[in-house]
Amino acid sequence: MSSLTTALDSIALPLPSSPVLPRLARAGRLAGIVAAGALLPLALFALWQYAVDRQWLAEQILPPPSLVWQSLLELWDSGELLDHLTISLSRVAWSFVIGGGSGLVLGVALGLSRQVRAYVYPSFSVVSQFPVVGWIPLLIIFLGIDEALKIAAISLAVVVPVAVNTYKGIANIPRAWLEVGRVYGFSLPQTLARVVLPAAAPSVFNGLRQGVMQAWLTLVFVELLASSEGIGYLMVWGRQLLQLDLVVVAMIAIGAVGLVLDLSLRFAESRLLGWRRGAF
Amino acid sequence: MSLNPVSRDWRGLVLPAVFIAVWALVTHAGWVNTKLIVPPEKVLVVAWDYIVHGDFIKALLASLTRDGAGFVAGSLAGIALGSLLGVSRWAERLIGPTFHTIKQISLFAWIPLLSIWLGYNDTSRIVFVAVSVFYPVTLATFEGVKSVTRVQIEVAQVYAFTRSQLFTRLILPAASPQIITGLNLGLVYAWLATIGAEFLLPAYGDVGLGDTVIRGRAAFNVELVIFGMVLIGTVGALLNQLATRLEARALRWRGDR
Repeated sequence: MSSLTTALDSIALPLPSSPVLPRLARAGRLAGIVAAGALLPLALFALWQYAVDRQWLAEQILPPPSLVWQSLLELWDSGELLDHLTISLSRVAWSFVIGGGSGLVLGVALGLSRQVRAYVYPSFSVVSQFPVVGWIPLLIIFLGIDEALKIAAISLAVVVPVAVNTYKGIANIPRAWLEVGRVYGFSLPQTLARVVLPAAAPSVFNGLRQGVMQAWLTLVFVELLASSEGIGYLMVWGRQLLQLDLVVVAMIAIGAVGLVLDLSLRFAESRLLGWRRGAF
Repeated sequence: MSLNPVSRDWRGLVLPAVFIAVWALVTHAGWVNTKLIVPPEKVLVVAWDYIVHGDFIKALLASLTRDGAGFVAGSLAGIALGSLLGVSRWAERLIGPTFHTIKQISLFAWIPLLSIWLGYNDTSRIVFVAVSVFYPVTLATFEGVKSVTRVQIEVAQVYAFTRSQLFTRLILPAASPQIITGLNLGLVYAWLATIGAEFLLPAYGDVGLGDTVIRGRAAFNVELVIFGMVLIGTVGALLNQLATRLEARALRWRGDR
């Protein structure tokens, strides 16, 4: 495959006279794109610093960038930031296991059994449209504001996208594929492992990805509403002390974790589902 | 628009019926603390009270107004930025990276900052709803505008379209399927954000479904919390249905797909 493409390349581009120049041009263009992308943040940063220098706003409303940077370093060095993040992430992880697991079971049951679909799907489709935050006051009454509340709320947020996408993934499997499996005399476990699972995998993975993002969203909400530790609590604390630098540091941390989660899920998806794109 | 055959099936009603029966049974048999798990008819009584006294309509309207105002502001801004990013490669290079970075900050993380900058009031709530709508609409519009092909642009050039004609007659219609999908998603997020903002940015004496539930929880009025939750969910589900219907209708010109 790769030898073919290189062969095609050499046909299309008959020996460039100097390979250095185009490479330099490409590097220059790339640098230009990166520089352009950095322009707006730099401008905003300059405006921020200028506004602070001119004392347009009180320090409680707009902390100087240097203070934010200093707080970030302090919180990082003391390990406090990492502690809060670890607590938050372990909540997400537990909820992802619980919510994702039940979502998978529910989705597979809905996808495979006509009976389950008839009995459960109408209720599920209504309840799944309830916004997650609407459940939280009721959960607080039953579970208090401790760990159980967070795990329950975040798990609920994960169940819906995972179950919906698993169900859709299975429902959209072409009937012909299942018939081929029957021709080969596949047993039920074989059908599941060799036909259903691989065919539904892209959709299931999509659901898991949405689930992680929903979990992260809900986590921040629950921690803002009721918590005594975690990254959301750091924001509440900073807000109460009117230390906006802490709030901004927490926002940066939340954004960074969101970015890492997103990138690692994309990477995992391209790795796990790479076989689908093998042909092109 | 064919009705889902499952929804006409009596078997779909079994689960809710069993749920309510068990709920009624355990509360009346005295197996549970009825202060915590209230009997279903008590919820109905509170619901009736709430509806009759007119608080219901006021709270619902207040929440829907916030939802609507934020949705309109956020989607207009989103369509504007999305089109700009899609049309101009320079805008994409200049603004795109910043947009994609800021987008990573989880939605609710903006609330403490908004509360300091704008205070605990309707402005900050509406701004928050607008932000929540802004992201999905911008992304969807951007993708829609990017899907316009060079050939389509060339045809428009042959007809000597002006810039505004190019935009209103070609780019927006061509991008409309994606934009409408984005608006649909935005509507879902708007309701989530409305309720979330009413929980997290409570203003004294303000009305809204979220405010009602929060107040009910503070007073340990479980009936009101349950009723409020069901209302919030029902409105969310109805908005969802409405958006899906409108999407199907708006895109009918594309033919059956």
